[in-house]
Amino acid sequence: MSKPFTPKVVTANALVEGDVIYLTADDRWSRALHEAEVIEDEAHAQLRLLDAERQAHAVVGAYLAEVRPGPNGPEPAHFREAFRARGPSNYPHGKQTELSDV
Amino acid sequence: MYSYTDFDRAYVRERVAQFRAQVERRLDGSLSEEEFRPLRLMNGLYLQLHAYMLRVAIPYGTLSSRQMRQLAMIAERWDKGYGHFTTRQNIQFNWPTLRDVPDILEALADVGMHAIQTSGNTVRNVTADHFAGASADEVADPRPYAELLRQWSTDHPEFQFLPRKFKIGVTGAPNDRAVIRSHDIGLELRRDDAGALGFRVYVGGGLGRTPMVAQELAAFIPERDLLPYVEAILSVYNLLGRRDNKYKARLKIAVHEHGIATIRALVDEAFAERRAQFSGDDHDLLENIKAQFARPELARTDCAPYWKARRADPVFRAWADTNLAAHADPDHAIVTISLKPHGATPGDATADQMRVMADLAQRYGHDELRISHEQNVIVPHVHRADLPAVHDALKAAGLATANVGLVSDIIACPGMDYCSLATARSIPVAQQIATRFDALKLEHEIGSLKIKISGCINACGHHHVGHIGILGLDRAGVENYQITLGGDGTEDTVIGKRAGPGFSADEIVPAVERLVLSYLDLRDSPDETFLQAFRRLGEAPFKDALYPEQARGRRDAA
Repeated sequence: MSKPFTPKVVTANALVEGDVIYLTADDRWSRALHEAEVIEDEAHAQLRLLDAERQAHAVVGAYLAEVRPGPNGPEPAHFREAFRARGPSNYPHGKQTELSDV
Repeated sequence: MYSYTDFDRAYVRERVAQFRAQVERRLDGSLSEEEFRPLRLMNGLYLQLHAYMLRVAIPYGTLSSRQMRQLAMIAERWDKGYGHFTTRQNIQFNWPTLRDVPDILEALADVGMHAIQTSGNTVRNVTADHFAGASADEVADPRPYAELLRQWSTDHPEFQFLPRKFKIGVTGAPNDRAVIRSHDIGLELRRDDAGALGFRVYVGGGLGRTPMVAQELAAFIPERDLLPYVEAILSVYNLLGRRDNKYKARLKIAVHEHGIATIRALVDEAFAERRAQFSGDDHDLLENIKAQFARPELARTDCAPYWKARRADPVFRAWADTNLAAHADPDHAIVTISLKPHGATPGDATADQMRVMADLAQRYGHDELRISHEQNVIVPHVHRADLPAVHDALKAAGLATANVGLVSDIIACPGMDYCSLATARSIPVAQQIATRFDALKLEHEIGSLKIKISGCINACGHHHVGHIGILGLDRAGVENYQITLGGDGTEDTVIGKRAGPGFSADEIVPAVERLVLSYLDLRDSPDETFLQAFRRLGEAPFKDALYPEQARGRRDAA
C-alpha cells in the first residue's frame, strides 16, 4: 500500500527577489506560510503545482512542501521548510524582520 | 598586483552587457528559468534558500584597498551591509535582487573584478597561499602563475563544459597553507638541483562526498611548461571524466578508477602534443605578470614602537603572538585580521569593517589585502613599528580578536541558514563553540586547533581536513552532526576519520568540549598540539571522551 498523502503547500522563490513564497487559495503568492493554501488531496496538489509552474514570469522552482496544521494556519513539517519560512538564524534578516514590519 | 589590460577591461565589460541583456530577457519572459539558469550560473549568480547569492571571484585571494572599498559599497547599496568571505577566497553577497545584479557586476568591472567562472563546470577561481609574496618560507611568489592560469582558463573554449567543476591551488612554499592536495590540481613551486623554478604537480585531490588526497603526477615540471602541462591534464580529464554521474565526475574519481600511472601516461602523451602548439607567448606574458607582483619597497625604520607596545600592553602582546606571522623581512610582519569574533558568523565583514581594512592596507600595508581560505583577511606587509596603530584601529572596528589558529578560528560554510544544498546549519554550531570556549577562557591554553564545519556532504567547510571536523546531516528530519578526527590540510594532508554516531544540535557543542578538555588531560606537555596528541595516542581516548557511556560500559564489563 502506498503512503497516505500528507498535507502540502505549493512553495517557490520569487523571480526578482528570490524570496520564499507560497501559493494561496485565492491564487496570490504570499511571503507568509500561514497564508498558504493547505492541500489535502493529491490530485489537487498536482494541479496546483502545474498552476504555479505556469507562472514562470514570477516564480522559480515551485514544489510541494509538507506541512502540519497549526492554530494559525499551516506550519512546516521539516526543519528546512522552517528555515525557509523564517529566514537565517545568524541575523534577523529576511522574513523575520520583513514580515514583522507588516 | 595585477592590473587589467585593455583586453581584460573590454572582455569583462562585454560580459556585463551580455548578462544585463539576459536578465532583461528573463524578466520580460523571453527566457525560461531552464534557459536562464546556466547563464546566471556562468556569472556566479545562484538562487539560494532565501534569496539570490552572487559569488564574486577574488583571484588567488588578492585585493587592493580600492577593490575592498568597492565591495563595501556593493554590500551597502545592493545587499544588507555585509559580505561573506568563503573558503575559496571569494566573497558572497547573500541578498541581491535579480534586477540589481547587472549593476553590481558593472561596479565590480569598475575595479577590475568579476564573477565569471565562480560556478559551473569550468576552471574555478585559482587559489593560492594567502601569505604569498610575503612569507619567510617561500621559494617564489605563486600568484603570477595563478594569474597566468586565470587568464588562460577564463573563457577557454575547450574547457567551458568540463565533466564537473575544476579547482587549482598553488603554493610557493613547502609549508602548504593553500590546501593544494585537496584540489583537482595542486601546484607546489620548487627549485630543481640546478636552481631552476618549476612545479611539483599533484592531481586528483578533493573533499566532498568522496574525499581524496591528491597524488603526485610529476616531481618537477619546469616553469615554462606550466600551461601546456596543465592543459594536457585538463584535456585528459575532459575526455576521461565521467559524464554519466555527477557524483563520479570529478578528476579524483578518474584518477582513482584508472590509476595514477595510466593518467600519467595519457598526460605525457597529451603534453607532447600541446607543448608543440605553444609559441612561447605565454612566457612573455608570464614575465610581464611577474613584474607586477614584485614585492613592494619595504621601509627601513626602527622597530622600537613595536617592542614598547609589547611591553606596555598585554592585549596587544596577545594579539601579536596569535595573529602575526613571520615576514621574509624581519622588520615586517604578516597581519591576519580575524573575521571570527567569538559568537559572530565566520567570514562575515560589514561594509564599515571592509573600509577599515582597506584604509589600513592603504596606510600601512602597501595597498594589499588577502583573503585566506580560512575566512580571514591578511595585510601581508606591515612594518612592525606600525603594528600598534594597526591594532588600535582594528580594536575600534571589532576586528582585533586574538584567535588565529585557535579553537574559535573556525571555518564554517553558510550551511542551511543560506545554502539550498545544505542538510543542516553550520553557522550556529560555529558561533556556539566559539562562545563556549571564550567563556571557559581556555583558548590560548588549548593552543593550535583547527575546527572545520560543513553543513552537507559537499564539504565546503573542509571538515575532512579539520583536526576536528563537523558534518551536519539530516537524520530522519532532525539536524545531526558527525565528528571526524585527525584531519590535516597541510603538506601532509590527511582525511579525518569518523569518530562514531552523530550528535544532535543540542549535544554537539558539549561533545566538542569533552573532546577538547580530554586533550588537555592527555597531552604530554603544553607544546603537544591536539593533532600531535591524536597522532601519538590514536583515536581511542578521544572516542571515549566523545562517548562516555560506551567507555563506562566497557569498563564495567571488564
